[in-house]
Amino acid sequence: MTAPAGIASVPIATTSFRARGWRKRFEGFTFYTLVAGFVVFCLAPFVWTFLTALKGPTTIFEVPIRYLPTPPDLVNYVDIFRQDRFRWALLNSTIVASSATALSLVIGSVCAYAIARLNFPFKNLLLALVLAIAMFPGIAIIGPLFRQFNAWGLTNNYLALILPNVTFTLPICIWTLTAFFSELPTEVEESARVDGCTRMQAFYKITVPLSAPGVFTAAILLFIQAWNEFLFARTFMSQPTRLTATVAIAQFEGADIAAQYPWGQITAASIVITLPLVVLVLLFQRRIISGLTAGAVKG
Amino acid sequence: MAVVDLLGARRRWRTQESAEARLGLLLAAPAIATILLIAIIPLGQTILDSLFQISLRFENAPRPFVGLQNYGTLLGDDSWFNALRVTGLVSGASVAAELVLGMLIALLIDRSFHGRGIVRASVLVPWALTTVVSAKMWAWIYDGRYGIVNDLLTRLHVIDQPIIFLVRPEVTIWAMVAAEIWKTTPFMALLLLAGLQLIPHELYEAAALDGASRWGAFWRITLPLLRPTILVALLFRTIDAVRMFDLPRVLTNGGPGKSTETVVLYTYNTFFTALNFGYGSTMAVMIFLIVLLVSFIFIKVLGAPTQGARR
Repeated sequence: MTAPAGIASVPIATTSFRARGWRKRFEGFTFYTLVAGFVVFCLAPFVWTFLTALKGPTTIFEVPIRYLPTPPDLVNYVDIFRQDRFRWALLNSTIVASSATALSLVIGSVCAYAIARLNFPFKNLLLALVLAIAMFPGIAIIGPLFRQFNAWGLTNNYLALILPNVTFTLPICIWTLTAFFSELPTEVEESARVDGCTRMQAFYKITVPLSAPGVFTAAILLFIQAWNEFLFARTFMSQPTRLTATVAIAQFEGADIAAQYPWGQITAASIVITLPLVVLVLLFQRRIISGLTAGAVKG
Repeated sequence: MAVVDLLGARRRWRTQESAEARLGLLLAAPAIATILLIAIIPLGQTILDSLFQISLRFENAPRPFVGLQNYGTLLGDDSWFNALRVTGLVSGASVAAELVLGMLIALLIDRSFHGRGIVRASVLVPWALTTVVSAKMWAWIYDGRYGIVNDLLTRLHVIDQPIIFLVRPEVTIWAMVAAEIWKTTPFMALLLLAGLQLIPHELYEAAALDGASRWGAFWRITLPLLRPTILVALLFRTIDAVRMFDLPRVLTNGGPGKSTETVVLYTYNTFFTALNFGYGSTMAVMIFLIVLLVSFIFIKVLGAPTQGARR
């Protein structure tokens, strides 16, 4: 079967040079059209939100729609930043997401180091536990946590959000860091130990600095996950000054309850809340993608 | 003498080994403790709670043990089966569409070309976007009067009257599925692309020499070699879809009626609106079992690798 097939591919070479050029150009054109379509698909809703946020109250509710905000109006941004609730929400989200990220990194990095470098009993059980947490439905524990946090007086306390966020970011943290630690050569560590370092000193002085890119990648992924968390934030925080950004935007009612739903302010708040994430994505896309896909394709 | 040395070395090695085991357990302990304290023990409590009648509506209401009565109630609860149907429909439809679309996109961009960085960054935008924000964005896009979908469809003369997307059940659920597909397809494409890039190019060249068509190469080479990646991606996406809460809560709040009420949303409302913690726990246990069953099917039956994709 191979011989005739080999011959079958020959005619391509005899096609006239000009025809091939056109064909190539056509393929290139189709390719870039499809790619552009995909980029538009990904960005359009976000761009539309961005444009809406720049429209004043009259422009937003115009029929037929005026697509571009002419002239752009920052009134929505001014309005949302005038609201205590929204400023609190940004602060709360920052506190909760950064604390959860930091704590998860501390707990997760030593655990990942142990998994990557040491032999210890129940290691497979630990891996199974981590996998289980990655798939765990938060709703399955929300009742007892709610009652327990109430009993401990932790409602409206940052800890009530930080603890669940740490737990549910641990899998990503441990997987990303285990992958990075495993790729580091053990020789450097061993030579440090020959020079008199203890195992923990070798970890802190050699392995952690060397795996800074991995720790950084993990930090971005964890921060995004914690920043976006909604279920627990909605349940464990009820004071207006303790809401996180996701909850605030879900409950957005605007400065004064006007006849129209405050779409201008909601879209402006959406842009503000998303901005840190989009900036992270644009700056570190390569790292994020390698961190996201490493575990999936290597199994 | 040699024997003595050997024994000494063996003893040294053994103590070193146990020191390593101790250190390993010590380093893993904080992670294990966190997981036990925040997930496993509360899960046990939820299972226990599901056997009681617990209402938080009144401060000192009695909390009688009712055995499996809550589970019996569940079997006769139309709202629960409606929520199951909604969840199954939404996750089935969105995951299937994501797989097909994601595969097409991954195949398309699996080459080097100008502007790759832009494509990669824009792929990450829907993934990184907060689900709550995305739900609000889509609510605005679907708006019956000022929404851009209605505007475009009217201008293109596809419709005369604006569609009130979030009011008609048969339309709303698909509007929600579309929003879900938008948010997660890019990520699916990224995972599949990473898998595609591991397939050695020589295989395709060999197949071409053997006269295989591109289509044949896709079925005989790409799909089988991509199988582990596809399974991991499907596993995590399916479980995410089963756990869906943010999108229906913010976009539709389960409405109109109960037409977009997922199991997690129904359970959440049972907990925190009806304040029925016993019955809510029963549903929570069922959701846990469903997730367990889905992951068991993927891992044991289909053989998905177990360390895997992240959301």
